[in-house]
Parts: sequence; C-alpha cells; structure tokens
Amino acid sequence: MSELLRLTQIRKSYGIGTPIETEVLHGIDLVMQHKEFAALIGPSGSGKSTLLNIIGLLEPATQGALAMQGKAIKYTDEKTLTQQRAANLGFVFQFHHLLPAFSAIENVMMPQLINGMPVTGTARKEAEALLDAVGLSKAINKKPSELSGGMQQRVAIARALSLKPALVLADEPTGNLDTQTSDEIFKLLRRFNVEFNTAFLIVTHDPRLAARCDRIVELVDGNIAKDAVNQAR
Amino acid sequence: MKFELTLAWRFLREGRFQSALIIIGVAVGVAVVIYISALILGLQANTINRTLGAQAHIVIKPPDEMVRNVLPTDTTLATIQPKAQRLRSVDNWQVLMPALAVDPDVVAVSPMASGAAIAIRGEANRAIVLFGVELDRYDRIVELSTKLTRGNFRLNAGEVMIGIELAKDLGVDVGDRLRVLTPSANDQFQISGLVDLGSRDLNRRALYLPMRTAQNLLGIPGGVTNIDIRIRDIFSANDVAKRMQSVGSVNVESWMQTNGQLLNALQAQSVSTTMIRLFVSIVVMLGIASVLVVSVVQKRKEIGILRAIGASRGQMTRVFLLQGALVGFVGSTLGGVLAALLVAAFSALVTNSAGQPLFQIEIEPSLLISSCLIATVCGTLAAVAPALRASKLDPAQAIRV
Repeated sequence: MSELLRLTQIRKSYGIGTPIETEVLHGIDLVMQHKEFAALIGPSGSGKSTLLNIIGLLEPATQGALAMQGKAIKYTDEKTLTQQRAANLGFVFQFHHLLPAFSAIENVMMPQLINGMPVTGTARKEAEALLDAVGLSKAINKKPSELSGGMQQRVAIARALSLKPALVLADEPTGNLDTQTSDEIFKLLRRFNVEFNTAFLIVTHDPRLAARCDRIVELVDGNIAKDAVNQAR
Repeated sequence: MKFELTLAWRFLREGRFQSALIIIGVAVGVAVVIYISALILGLQANTINRTLGAQAHIVIKPPDEMVRNVLPTDTTLATIQPKAQRLRSVDNWQVLMPALAVDPDVVAVSPMASGAAIAIRGEANRAIVLFGVELDRYDRIVELSTKLTRGNFRLNAGEVMIGIELAKDLGVDVGDRLRVLTPSANDQFQISGLVDLGSRDLNRRALYLPMRTAQNLLGIPGGVTNIDIRIRDIFSANDVAKRMQSVGSVNVESWMQTNGQLLNALQAQSVSTTMIRLFVSIVVMLGIASVLVVSVVQKRKEIGILRAIGASRGQMTRVFLLQGALVGFVGSTLGGVLAALLVAAFSALVTNSAGQPLFQIEIEPSLLISSCLIATVCGTLAAVAPALRASKLDPAQAIRV
C-alpha cells in the first residue's frame, strides 16, 4: 500500500487572539495508506470532527503540515483546496445532508455537475449503477424527503463515491440510524472499500462498528491516545 | 455555467412562495415603470402634437427694425420709442431656402407670406391670420393634409382653406364664398376645405391661401414673411436654430423658444418619470436583495455541502447572482405583459365623449426590451451582497449547523 495522507504536528486553536483561545488538537501525527479502512474514535469533544474537517480541507489547521498523495496542501490557496476536495475526497455526514431540491440521482451526479462534466449518457449510467449498488435502483427519481433516513444515507454514500475519490471521510455515518440499518450501511462502506479500493476514515461512537475496522485511531483531549491495527478482526 | 444555472433555478423553485412573491413584486414594479413611461410619452407626444400641430419647428423671420441712436454713444437717453414693425420680407429668401435645406437635420423647408386680415361674410366679420403657402411644401412642415376635416385639400387660385371654428363663426361651409380684407387690398375667395389644427384659437383665426395671392393681399409682392422648417428631432430645435443664425441677417426662432413654458412642463414630467423609475428600481432591488439574503441563511447547509463536495466560492457567487438575474428577468417579462394590459385598460376605459381614447398610448418595443434589461441588471446587482455572503460561508461551520 502507498501513502495517501500524512498529517505532521497538526494543531488547531479556536478564538485565536481572544481571552477564550482554546487549542483542541495538540500536534497530531497521522499517516493513512491507500485502501485503508480506519475508524476514528474518542469521547465527545476530543476533536474528532475538527480533525476530520482539517483532513477534508474544510477548515485550516492553525499549525502543522498536511500532504495528500505526497503533495503538500497550502490552506491559503482556496482554488487548490476546492480542486483537491473534488478530486480526492468524498464526504458522508451524520445527517445525510442531501440537497432537498434534487432527486436521488441528481444528488449522486452533483459532483459531476459541479465539475462541469456532462450529466448524460455514461455519467448517468454510472450514477444509476451506484444507486443500484446501494440498493436504491427503484428510488432514483425520488426527492430526499421521500426517502427514509437509511435510504438518504445510502444516497449520500453513492454521492461520495461518484467521482471515485481516493479517500472518503465519514462523520458518524450511522449515528442517526437503527442497529440493523447501521449494519447495512457499514457493510456498504466495506464493500466499496474492497470494490473501488477507496480508503475510508470513519468517525464513530459505536464501539461495535469500530471493532469491524482494520485500524482504530483513538483521540482523547486533542491527542492520539491509541493508534493500532485492529487485531480483533 | 450549467451547474450554476441549474442550481439557481432549483433554489428559486424550492422556495416557491418566496420566489413567487418577489417575482410578483418585480412584475408590479416594472409594470408601473413601463405604464407610466408609456403614459407620459403618449401625453407628451399628444401635447407636442397639439401645440406644434400647425407650428413649424423653426421659423426664419426678417430681423426686427430697430431705432438707430444718432447721438454720441456716451449720451444716455431717458426713453427710446421702439419702432413700429411693418410687414417685411425675408431678404434673399430664394437663396436662403436651399442653403437651409442642406442641413442634415432639416426634413422640409417652406416659404410663407403671413399677415393679419379680416374675413367678412355678410354681417359677420372676424380678425384672421393669412397663411400664404405653397401647399405641397407646407404640408411637409405641419402635415396639414391630415388635419383636413371637410372638403378638398387643395389651393387653386381663388380658393382658401379655413379653420373649423372660423367657419362656424362666419356660418360658412365648403363651397361658400367669403371676402378677405387687408389694409392694402381685398378679394373674394371660395372655401375648398376645412381644417382642424388642434387648437380652438388657431381654428378661429387660420386661413390658408396660395402664397402668391397672399403676397398681393399683404402688399409684399414676391416676398415672404417667414421660412418654416421641420427638423428630424424636435428636441434639437435650439441647436439647429443656433446653427442657422449664421445664414444671414435673419431672426431664427425655434419652437422651444416660443413655447418655453410648455418645454418646462415637459421637462418636469420627464424628470418626474425618471424619479419614479429610479425609486421603483431601488425598491425592487431592495426586495430582491432581502429575499436572497434570507435565502442564503436558509440554504446555509446546502451551500456548505456543495462547497464540501467541490463547488468553488466563484460558483456559489454565480448561483446567487443568477437567482437575482432570473428574478429580474422573469419578473420584468411578466411586468411587460401587465403593463400591456394596463395600457389596454386605460385606452378602453379613459375615453372622451365620443368614446375615443383621450390620446394614443403605445408601448414601444425598445421600452419593453430596455425595461427587461434594466430589471435583469438591477436583479443581478441586488444579488451581489447576498452572493458574496454565500461565497464567504465557511463550509465546516455551515455543515455543523
């Protein structure tokens, strides 16, 4: 496996220059390889979502360096950040976060539309295949409001994979779902990890889900407390 | 651009009620602007037409006769009695005419021998003004042929055309005869036609006759008292008149000088229309801006997701700018239709006693197109602040909300 992501001494503070300045990440070092399937666990407030946002290039680190596929990322260049997000990253959020005005298939094809790719022919067939893979072939034209929570999350997963990113960041993808649906969603993530060779970094509170990942990174009070290959699997 | 346009349209469709309200707001605003503009243009055209109905845009006259001061120049006289202005001809008018006609702004030039007279029919007599004209040329100045109400449009020797009120006052009609008396001559004429010049006063005094006959009656054989000129753009009359002053020792008067008050009133109307347009545009822009600001707040999360999955700041800016432009365009198109209905209603409901519209109102296609364009540009400008706000949203924060 080759290196996908390297974080070096990442620090993040909020309220810089004010009396309430708080550092939530205290020098994180983390390396992820291609095709890895890792869980990021930790108590609430430990900095998991912040770390995920920094890796997802959604917010800048206060200090430290981030390299993706060997290329150092500068937070000052907004255009490159947008391009990197579109090219390398997929997102799955806890609350599905689909666009309510668009149908399931339009949501899946949204990254293509944003990147100015044609949204007919091959692209549509690929989106249909993705929705079929997540078991929603019959719901492609339905609006998010017509879908259940589990179905919406499947659409979100299909969307995250539509541009075949190298890394999908999932922020508590099953946090809002019942046990059975959570299990199905997890299986889907795993399947795409194998089929598409996509690396996953999954933030979760659920120890049972974490236990099924290949690697578990535990964050406590803004520091990595444990980072180990999951022997239990 | 496809992404931006698709998203802008869907966002507007999604907030259906909100979008409908603001589009109706724009439509009403644009309809008011188009309707008022058309109404004022119609009113002004009507006023100008009525006032200038029988008046040339520019009139060349002989210079006023002045009293020459023969005393030394440092002598101040208490009073100088002005000289009585006798009827005089424009010097060299036959040479002047082609010189005036070459001006690119000039449409037509016509000589006229004009002066005071009395019309007599039996017991009745009225003070009148003789207009001695070459009918074909003069028709090009004031379109007299369109003002004919009865009889024939012709001035053969011994024939005259008179105003409808004068005909009433003298109790005459087409084919009847009347006598015209001037200080130096008198003659009998047959009425060939009646004209309505749009003004009661003019209709009561006007008598048109062949120029040569008028010259003889007025005692200026071969002379003309003025040269009438019609120009392309009536509002450039002052400039053209100023240019013409150099053709010789003549008095050049434009309709704008002789109708100063009318001009002031027209200008005041134009200023009012511009003010109404400006304020309606501002209100429309504020309306669009406020709706889009609310939309940015409502769509925070969606903007955050879009940014996370690869949409750039520029794309988000354009999505909101396009929403403003779309609201402006759709609203103004509906506004154009609404204005057309208002104009039709005005023409149908506001009529004179004969059931005719008070005056002609027409919506020029250029007015419709420019209104649509301005509304679209205003919509886009109104969207600038909301669009910038949307583009500056921090995706991480937006998603967290």
